[in-house]
Amino acid sequence: MSYFDQFSRLFADYDVVGAFWVNIQLTFWAAVFAFLIGAVVALMRISPVPSLRLLGGAYVHIVRNTPLTILMVMAVLALWTQMHITLSTDFKQNFFNFAVAMLSIYHAAFVCEAIRSGVNTVPLGQAEAARSIGLGFLPTARLIIFPQAIRGAITPLGNALIALTKNTTVAAAASVAEASVMMKKMIEFDSDVIFAIFMTFALGFVIIVIPVGLITTWASRKWAVKR
Amino acid sequence: MRHRKRVVLRALALAIIGCLSLASCGVGGSDHRIRIGIKFDQPGLGYQDGTGYSGFDVDVATYLAGKLGYSPDQIEWVQSPSANRENMLSNHQVDMIVATYSITDKRKKSVDFAGPYFVAGQDLLVQKSNADIHGPDDLNGKNLCSVQGSTSAAKIKEKYAENANLVELNSYAECIGALEAGRIDALTTDDIILAGLASTGTNKGKFKLTGQTFTEEKYGVGLPKGTTRCPEISKAITSMVDDGSWEKFVSKNTEGSGYEFDAKANPPKPTEGCA
Repeated sequence: MSYFDQFSRLFADYDVVGAFWVNIQLTFWAAVFAFLIGAVVALMRISPVPSLRLLGGAYVHIVRNTPLTILMVMAVLALWTQMHITLSTDFKQNFFNFAVAMLSIYHAAFVCEAIRSGVNTVPLGQAEAARSIGLGFLPTARLIIFPQAIRGAITPLGNALIALTKNTTVAAAASVAEASVMMKKMIEFDSDVIFAIFMTFALGFVIIVIPVGLITTWASRKWAVKR
Repeated sequence: MRHRKRVVLRALALAIIGCLSLASCGVGGSDHRIRIGIKFDQPGLGYQDGTGYSGFDVDVATYLAGKLGYSPDQIEWVQSPSANRENMLSNHQVDMIVATYSITDKRKKSVDFAGPYFVAGQDLLVQKSNADIHGPDDLNGKNLCSVQGSTSAAKIKEKYAENANLVELNSYAECIGALEAGRIDALTTDDIILAGLASTGTNKGKFKLTGQTFTEEKYGVGLPKGTTRCPEISKAITSMVDDGSWEKFVSKNTEGSGYEFDAKANPPKPTEGCA
């Protein structure tokens, strides 16, 4: 059997595109929520209130150092099984939501640190100037610091997005049928074409991830703050 | 001297890196030993219990190795997860695999099989107090658990109960936790795997099998393609059944689950061709 035949057999027997589509959906929703949570945590970490700084720092250190798989398993075995928490009335959607929640919580820590690295690119004089014209902490952050910080943080944010894309395969641990689950099925039932299976998923992720890298590089140049 | 020390250190570092990347370093060699692939995480079948190994597959493998002329201390147990089995055989990382390895035509393209030594069937495991699930048709609206990479749960949805809710987790242990907590109504896979789960440790006496098998899985001994050992192993399987060891192994490893093997299909005759 030629490689072409092997690939066409896999694509005929399995909905490969559908499986990757689940990963893309997970990536999208988790990216949105991770960005929101991450921005709030970053705000806390640069705030003048010591207790908020402590809280933000604790969040980053605890979440960043917990393996994602453990968060996923915890969602299913602790939250869903033992504590009877559900995030949707639809049975399948519930697990998808759990996966999005855990991915968001986990990656928010990395988004926070990326934004904080962006904040460091904003000269101190900007904040001082803002305060001197009478802006408080929140208006300073919203109008002066964050717009510049995010433009400086596009590259590390892009890295976090790429890591998130690949980490969506961990959602398998929360009973979400995405690409890695399909790969396991293929290996179980079509082990004679194992090379084609491997290439399908390796290339699949390359195809998804490379444009993300190209776009962030382009965007980081376009929106760089000229100083 | 100093320079020499550095060279030694470098060589050592390289050796460590080499070891890490090869996973199985050094030990073994060409002396009289046999490497057998089993599952390490399936109680009742292939299970790493501290430093020892237990289960039906382990007992069968030990018996077969004995017939091939290897004493138990000449056996090197190797973990062979489902996804790696074909590769481990074709790369000669193991000499044979006894790990709930179903004989299928697709697998026969890349490996040889001797056996079957057991005929399993898909079944359901439910809480002992459960009175409304008797078979796969009763699963509409129920939560059903299985592990990823198997189609057992999907099969039920397709053929028997299209409104069953599927949960696919990483391991049977996670499924059984949810089953015990009542979040899942049934766990499905091959009957002997369920029996093994239900008869170990704290699970004993809490669960029962419905006893309605609805598929047939022939477990074979996986061998590298083109092996010459197949006829010998077939003969050993026959003698294992004839001298009563087979039945002893089954009952010992499923004790307490109320499991009875499907007497129509078992004990099997090793019918694989050994081409």
